[in-house]
This record gives sequence, structure tokens and C-alpha cells, in this order.
Amino acid sequence: MRTARVAFDGLIHGAQPAGEGALRLDDGRVVSEDAVTWLPPLAPRTTFALGLNYADHARELAFKAPEEPLVFLKGPGAFIGHRAHTIRPEGVKYMHYECELAVVIGSTARGVKAAQAYDYVRGYTVANDYAIRDYLENYYRPNLRVKNRDTCTPLGPWLVDRDEVPDPMNLALRTTVNGKLTQQGNTRDMIFGIPWLIEYFSSFMTLEAGDVILTGTPEGLADTQPGDEIVTEIEGVGRLVNTIASATGYGSVR
Amino acid sequence: MRQARIAAGGRPVRAMPVDEATLLPWDGARALGEDEFMWQPAITGTVYGTLLNFKGALAAMGDSVNAAPYQAPPAGPILYIKPANTLAAHGSDVALPPGQDTLEIGAALGIVIGRRATRIDAARAADYIAGYTVVSDVSVPHASYYRPAVRHKCRDGYCPIGPWVTAREQAGNPDALTMVVRINGEERQRNHTGNLLRPVAQLLADVTAFMSLEAGDVLLAGVPEGAPLARAGDTVEIEIEGVGCLRHRVVAAIGETA
Repeated sequence: MRTARVAFDGLIHGAQPAGEGALRLDDGRVVSEDAVTWLPPLAPRTTFALGLNYADHARELAFKAPEEPLVFLKGPGAFIGHRAHTIRPEGVKYMHYECELAVVIGSTARGVKAAQAYDYVRGYTVANDYAIRDYLENYYRPNLRVKNRDTCTPLGPWLVDRDEVPDPMNLALRTTVNGKLTQQGNTRDMIFGIPWLIEYFSSFMTLEAGDVILTGTPEGLADTQPGDEIVTEIEGVGRLVNTIASATGYGSVR
Repeated sequence: MRQARIAAGGRPVRAMPVDEATLLPWDGARALGEDEFMWQPAITGTVYGTLLNFKGALAAMGDSVNAAPYQAPPAGPILYIKPANTLAAHGSDVALPPGQDTLEIGAALGIVIGRRATRIDAARAADYIAGYTVVSDVSVPHASYYRPAVRHKCRDGYCPIGPWVTAREQAGNPDALTMVVRINGEERQRNHTGNLLRPVAQLLADVTAFMSLEAGDVLLAGVPEGAPLARAGDTVEIEIEGVGCLRHRVVAAIGETA
């Protein structure tokens, strides 16, 4: 099963696919996917994000592949849904997308071994973990000003149940900017895979249902400008659409 | 007014006013005795910490801020997250990791947000602050601030918070509060929020310039230089003038003895 959360006709609903371009709301109504406001498919609790977790991307950024995962956290306010706008601040030089497989934890996990890790997974979704490199500083890098900005983590469209994704470590990822292919990879190239990460995190902290692990991005980053439509897509999981807005256009300049 | 979150009498966790005379939760009829309730973490939102926001903490870095890997002193506020699994109540036990002898005790004033704060003006910051609480930002000691310290700062229970939230009006000027850390009753650290690089209102403005804070979230004003170390068996008290005195213990790793 795959589920979305949408706002329609004055209420927030759960929804499921109902054929090409249509959704079936939990109350039975079938509506066009253009007629709803898409929300993140869940409200994440603790969100872990991996940096430099694809061998090719680590090479692209001129770092050697890490021996320990580079992990940072995100707060719940960074997320927005499918088909929303992400703000590019005024005057920045380099704001790039990152197509990432998001793993959603389904039950309390403490001291889990990799061999059992998938038992604790509820499902998967797509994240676009934007970064604004102008704001990078060498303290707790990458810091929240780079990675935890309002609107800068689109998530969705669907939360896809684990059983619909039989091999999450072998999924094609791709990003297009205005229809042009810019990023391509496969989850098999992760340095630290999903079972390893669940064992690692649960070795020193308790994971709970609703926690999310953003598993990192492959090579192929590019700058994005206001008006650009960014589509991050993962085989069998979803196709997440986002549009960049200028701070002025978004109405955020006072 | 002070407000605590407690569990009592088999009823779900609820917020209770704190009786000023006894400093215990007040159930409407009387103050509850220490054996009649359990303290809960004083807040339910997300806790965001601020690195190097005390003048002395930055000064203690010396010239290293200009050398590798840092290359320059911090420009924006440097934040980190104490996630939900780290929240712990007044009176809780914080367990050492296996093979570790000491934990660093980061005393912090917790700014409790009262309503959604996005791109606020420093001059209006008070409108967004519900009150203040005391936070023990516990870390496995780590020398480098270059990479996020999730393994060091985000272990279960590493963020005792409370005992209560003191309303903004009652706490007075948040940039003029004495902070004291005692371990087993002995004073180990004393500082003052007058030493913040970004005072409370400015910090809120600079943080909400790029990320919203929600009602119930807590922003830590910073941890002073010389954070004391605690060992298994130690009792830690952090007292912030006009806000409260938070107490917790440090205990041996599960399966190890002190």
C-alpha cells in the first residue's frame, strides 16, 4: 500500500492512488491529484540525514569515503510536501538538490542487528534534501543553516509500505531540472546501507515509529534557480516534484 | 507562574502549576509530595542547542578557530538538535556509554517558545517566548566541533530538562541570570547569561531568519566554557537564577558497576 496526506476541501485527509492522476481520499471521494495540496506523507519525529554516503558523491566533493557515517539531524519544520515551493534566499551562489531514499521506522528499535533491521522499517518515501553551500561553515558541518531551512526538504508524494519495495538496496534514483536529467544513481552504491545504519543508530539511541533516515545522495549536483522545476524520482517509491521560488516571489522579503 | 509536566495517580501525563511555597506540583487542592508523582521532561517540542554562544567559550578556542579544520570563527548561529530520545525528567539517571568514564555537563538556559516564530524581529522576541527552563546538555566529551556530534550528544536520556517552565514575566531579564553547576553539592561552574555572544532576543531573531520554531520547542542559549565532567554516581545540579534548579545523576553503563 502507498499512502499520502493531502489537504482538500477544508480538511486533511489520508489518500491512496486511484488510477492515472487521481487520488482516493479516506472518505471515499476520488479527486484529481492537481486539486489537492500535498503534505509530507508523515510528520517525521527524529530525522537523521547522511552526508557523503555514496562513493561517487564523496568523490565528487573531493572527500575520501568516510569510515564512520557523517550524520546530521533535521527538525520537523524543514519538510514540505509534493508540488510545493522551496525558497532560494537572495544573493546565494549555490543551492543544490539531493535526491534521497527516505527510510521510515515503524516500531521501537534498540540494539537491533542488521539481519533483523528491516523488521523495524515501515516503508519508504522520496526526499529532496536541498543544501545552500554558501552557508557552509566548519562547525558541526553541515550545520542547520545549510540543511534545516524552512521549505528546504520536500518529502513524498507517498509513504510506500516496506513490502512493496522488496529490494530497497537496488533502486534507481534520478533527478531532472526542467526536464533535463542531471543526477543518476542507484541505492546499491550507498557506503553505509539501510540495515547497517539501523544497527548503528539503534546501538546508541532508541529509534521510534516515525523516525526517518535520509540515506544520502549520489553524484550529479547542480545549482537551482527560481522557477526551476526539480523532480527527484526513485524507482518504485515515487516521483517528487518541487519548484524553486525566489525569496521575493515567495513573499518573504519584508 | 511555573508549570511542570508530571505523571501521577495512574493518570496520563499532564501539566500542573508549581506551588511557589513548596516547589511541588499543585493538583488544585494541595501540593503533591515527592512520592506522589513522577517528574516528566518539562517540554514536548524539539530542543535546538547553540554552539559557542558564550564569549568565554569562543575565547577558549583561541587561535584554533582560524586554523584547520575551522578556518574562521563561526558566522551564523551554529545549532544542533537534541532529539526526542534524549529528553529526560528532573531527577533522572543518565547512563555512561560502555567504556566511558566521564560525561560533559553543558548547563544551558532553555528558551521555551510560546507560538510559531518565523523571521521575527529581535525587538518583538518576547512575544514568542513562553518562558524559560533549565537544561543539562549532556555529551560524551569530544574535542572537535568539525562534524555533527550525534553519537556524543544524542544518546537516550542525554537531555534532562526541567523541573518546570518558569513564565517569561516571572524570570525577568534572560540576559542577566546567574548559572551555577554543582556536582555532589560542590560548585564546579559559575557563569552569567550576560556573557552570551548573541543575547536571547538576537539569537531568536537570527535562528528564525531561516528556520521556524514551534510552540513547545526549546532553544538553548548556549553552554559556558569549562563544562564540568561528571562520573558514575555523581549528582549534578544546575541552578539558573529565577528559573529553577535541575537535578540528575550520572550512572554506570548498563552492565557495568561504578
